Amino acid sequence: MKSSLSAKQKNNPSLGRTLLRLGTGLSAFGLLIAMLLRGKNIAILDAKGTIASQQRGLIFYVLTVILAIAVPTVILLYFTAWRYRESHSTATYHPEAKTGKAFIVAIWALPTFVMLLLAIALVPATHKLQPNKALASSTPPITIQVMAMRWKWLFIYPDQQIATVNYVQIPKDVPIVFDLTADEAPMSSFWIPNLSGQLYAMTGHINRLNLMASENGDYRGRSAEINGAGFAGMQFTARVSSKQDFESWVDMTKQSASTLDKATYQTLVKPSENNAVTAFYPVDDSLYADTVMKYMGSHDHQMTAQTQHEGMY
Amino acid sequence: MVNHEAHEAAADERVMFGFWVYLMTDLLLFSVLFASYSVLHGNTVGGPTGRDLFTLPLALQETILLLTSSFTCGLGLLAARSNKKWQTLICFGITFILGALFLSLEMKEFTEFIHSGQTLQTNAFLSSFFVLVGTHGLHITSGLLWMGVTMGYILKRGLNKALVRKLALLSLFWHFLDIVWIFIFTIVYLGAFA
Amino acid sequence: MKEFFLGRLTQDSLPHDWVTVGGTGTFIAMFLFAALILTRTKRWKWLWNDWLTSVDPKKIGIMYFLTAAFMLIRGGIDVILMWVQQALSSGSSHGILSADHYQQIFTAHGNIMVFFVAMGFIFGLINYIVPLQIGARDLASPLLNTLGFWLYIGGVVMVNMFFVLGGQYAATGWLAVAPLSGIAFSPGTGVDYWIWSLQISGIGTTLGAINFIMTILKMRAPGMTIWKMPLFTWGSLFSMLMAVAVFPLLTATLFLQFFDRYFGAHFFTALGGGDPMMYTNLIWMWGHPEVYILMLPAFGIFSEVVATFSRKPIASYTANVLGMAGVSALALSVWLHHFFTMGASADVNAFFGLITLVIAIPTAVLFFTWIATMHRGLIRFDTPMLWFLGFVTIFTIGGVSGLILAFPPADFQLHNSLFLVAHFHSNVIGGVLFGIFAGISYWFPKFTGFRLNERIGRNAFWCWIIGFCLSFVPMYILGIMGATRRLDHYDAQTGYQPFFILMLIGGLVIAVGVGLQIIQIVASIIQKGNLRDATGDPWNGRTLEWATASPPAFYNFTVIPHVITRDAFLDMKRLGLPEPHYEDITMPKNTAVGIYIAALAFLVGFAFVWHINWLAVVAMIGIIIVFVIRAFNEDSEYVVTAEEVKSIEEARIAATAAITKKSGAMSEQEDMSVREFVIYVYDFAIDIIRNKKWKSW
Repeated sequence: MKSSLSAKQKNNPSLGRTLLRLGTGLSAFGLLIAMLLRGKNIAILDAKGTIASQQRGLIFYVLTVILAIAVPTVILLYFTAWRYRESHSTATYHPEAKTGKAFIVAIWALPTFVMLLLAIALVPATHKLQPNKALASSTPPITIQVMAMRWKWLFIYPDQQIATVNYVQIPKDVPIVFDLTADEAPMSSFWIPNLSGQLYAMTGHINRLNLMASENGDYRGRSAEINGAGFAGMQFTARVSSKQDFESWVDMTKQSASTLDKATYQTLVKPSENNAVTAFYPVDDSLYADTVMKYMGSHDHQMTAQTQHEGMY
Repeated sequence: MVNHEAHEAAADERVMFGFWVYLMTDLLLFSVLFASYSVLHGNTVGGPTGRDLFTLPLALQETILLLTSSFTCGLGLLAARSNKKWQTLICFGITFILGALFLSLEMKEFTEFIHSGQTLQTNAFLSSFFVLVGTHGLHITSGLLWMGVTMGYILKRGLNKALVRKLALLSLFWHFLDIVWIFIFTIVYLGAFA
Repeated sequence: MKEFFLGRLTQDSLPHDWVTVGGTGTFIAMFLFAALILTRTKRWKWLWNDWLTSVDPKKIGIMYFLTAAFMLIRGGIDVILMWVQQALSSGSSHGILSADHYQQIFTAHGNIMVFFVAMGFIFGLINYIVPLQIGARDLASPLLNTLGFWLYIGGVVMVNMFFVLGGQYAATGWLAVAPLSGIAFSPGTGVDYWIWSLQISGIGTTLGAINFIMTILKMRAPGMTIWKMPLFTWGSLFSMLMAVAVFPLLTATLFLQFFDRYFGAHFFTALGGGDPMMYTNLIWMWGHPEVYILMLPAFGIFSEVVATFSRKPIASYTANVLGMAGVSALALSVWLHHFFTMGASADVNAFFGLITLVIAIPTAVLFFTWIATMHRGLIRFDTPMLWFLGFVTIFTIGGVSGLILAFPPADFQLHNSLFLVAHFHSNVIGGVLFGIFAGISYWFPKFTGFRLNERIGRNAFWCWIIGFCLSFVPMYILGIMGATRRLDHYDAQTGYQPFFILMLIGGLVIAVGVGLQIIQIVASIIQKGNLRDATGDPWNGRTLEWATASPPAFYNFTVIPHVITRDAFLDMKRLGLPEPHYEDITMPKNTAVGIYIAALAFLVGFAFVWHINWLAVVAMIGIIIVFVIRAFNEDSEYVVTAEEVKSIEEARIAATAAITKKSGAMSEQEDMSVREFVIYVYDFAIDIIRNKKWKSW
């Protein structure tokens, strides 16, 4: 028994060499990753909206607190393993060693304490960043009704009377209210990572997502939830511009676009993939509400359909 | 031989315990069906509601039949434990008939609904109703089958330990179905008129 | 008429594209090859009597391992296909797969890896080890066990059946959420195959779990109170309790979806009053605990491994058990964190976020008990211990990312992204799979009588670690870049491509690791003379499984041991092994009932997939008949007499003595390296060709 062990022990590379190899490997890998990331849009870190930057801040807070306990724990584990290795003759082997009451208390108390640190951040953050919570601002918000279809996004601007497919333009520093629903599509998820987190778009429901952009630019948006063959192509551009640019875009759209009535809508709603950007003006007023109503199964739900969907529970 | 008997007794105890665990899993299955009924029972898409469809006297009859059958089932098990073959057969025979009557009433109700165009496909309320009540009915059916076969074996082989053990499990199953029915009666039928 | 007999099966259902034809061809070729070997060696009867109809949990365990290993390769090929697609499909290139096909592959990958690989291995380990650890000769219900196994096999066949007939699997993601999986959006047979594959194997899991709860709670050796149970047995008990609590939910949910699809009901449909959100709730009420059902036995394995290789009893045993209990209890109540993004209120989201945080506490306690166990130990770093250290690293990464995801506002950003995918792969690969590898390399000598080759094992371990980093670090980064999961194509300007290429390279490194694991087993068989363990106790074990021979006799123990402390076998070694005496042993008879019922259950599923109603009815009646016949069969056991036991034991002791004498001098020889293995195989092949050895076959 013993002898076959010592034979194997000889094959063990020394700790120093292992650490060196690991260190070299990891730094080379880190360097490679850093190089590849240069100039790329790291959407969640490059937050360009008030919500997204708060979400980023929260991610960093959580990461810091957890790493503060996880890294020492893992290092302690490795250190213990190395310290009490078989070939280390000076370490005291003590198989009858018992753990004391203090140890038991500590191993429960320590993680509990860290989780408390996280918990006190979790509850207020969840309330503060609840997607349907209106954003405080001196400017009145713009409402955009969003419909997920197979496999495209329809954006209706009820106040401006225009609608767009796979393209949404919003003014900077103005609160935007997205009212998400879906038609003839499975659950989809509406996500513009640079601006805010995602929320599901479902038939028969209106999920409200508030956000406010803080920097001009074109940002990628897409469905994050699998919803069939055209899933990968179900993406759109979210353009953030100045207020003036936004208004002139609305005017331009009104001049160049065609009508979105019920008949046009019936064609639009049919499954199609990788749709090009299109625009409509004017838009049938009842289109959105009718679409939501179509999926209501009962009488008692009908009243809530018009009002805001506050969550199902 | 003593060893062998201890082996048998331990096995009996394990089977009884395992059957309890099985009943818990079955209860969980029913709990999903109950949950879906309570979520969906209002979603009639303009069709008739439970209040329009259900008749309480029928449900009450079903309840009485099943409760009585649980009682006779218990009597049957007592008879079996004191090794009275014919008494056992008579009690379980009555249980079987009551169970079959229950099932026929349920079938009658289902057929009436289906003939009036109220089917599983009509709306979510009826889907959840048919599946919840139907699953219970299916359990009753398998209980009846089990009862019938066991009675056949009692007739053929006489009462032995293995058969008494099967009767004990069967009556546990039967009481369990009774309890599930009480919930169905309360939630589905009484609930519709509450 | 034709439709009555064949349902929706038509000529079009036969395979016709390259992947399905290839898949079908491969399967048929493998079956023919196996059949040929069995016929040539006249082993059909042996296979049927000694293995397929066996109720011995050890044999069933081995059959689970073989199936799961086979499925690991099958699911691994899926990964490579997916990652090749993602590495290529940028901008104007659309890769090698259509969107629909790609979606079927990741769905199948998820189902296969969770249900048929992880569950298969875990059930195999529980089958083999738990009865040995608790000092039992068989299970509470040997019949339920074989039935559970064969239902698992039914699921395995069903999940691969689309290759042969239908040509399409579900393209919905592994949980097939509604309404995408409803008949309106997924009209083909793919989702039906999904439903019946999970339904059949899921019912098998429930039955198996009931059986193991009975076994662990009612069949422990005298003296083994519940607080003296080994930790793997504890982990398995918690796992099985959770399985019993949640698998019925899966069964019910699948039935409801089946009613929607087959009979036109409206449980989860968008129109008709159905509620798709209810599906999401129900499936995750099962789906979240499912991962922990896999994880808890793995925690138990790591506890056993750490204690054995530190040569110390596990420190704070009670805290460890309570930790596992806490994890299991909490795991049942966090399902909603899988869909914070569905629009629940802040209070609901915060509540489920908080419970998710709380799970970290008992998990951290487990880590601390392992550290305390190693403290003042005398630690050996054999491969099981390496897998443990790998687990610590990767699982911690998964844990940290998981805690970030527990925050609803952070989850809004990271949900459905590749960050999430990387998170759960960290936990499932680092935790479950490494746990399985640790367990298999730890108990391999018990299964076979010889240990695994250490050198190649180490190589495989490092391939897994390096491959994992190469694949999953880029995956985390892609998630942070805003890449969603399940993309079969992306725009070139997203800049995702280099990271997907890195993932593919990592995948190939892992594939090399799997290849090395296969080589490791083959090399160990070649070298088994050197690796032989005649004692039955190669690691100086502490628990009862090491008290038996390796591999154990079919009745496990000649004498049921009396347990004094937690380290039952260590006590026996200290106090001296009891004098062997022989007694009559009652054992269950082999039975084919499990195979019959599973085959009929498979037919029921198959009939419903293809709308062949008569077949479904006939098969269901068949199940009832088989069940009734078996239920009233009072002749299911037989007695092994004391004389027979004596002769078996004496023959074994003699054989062991012969081996020890023969291999004594060779045990100093080093384990074969990969290079030596290649040379060996090369020489072997040359020898066969030169000397025309195939002629004698």
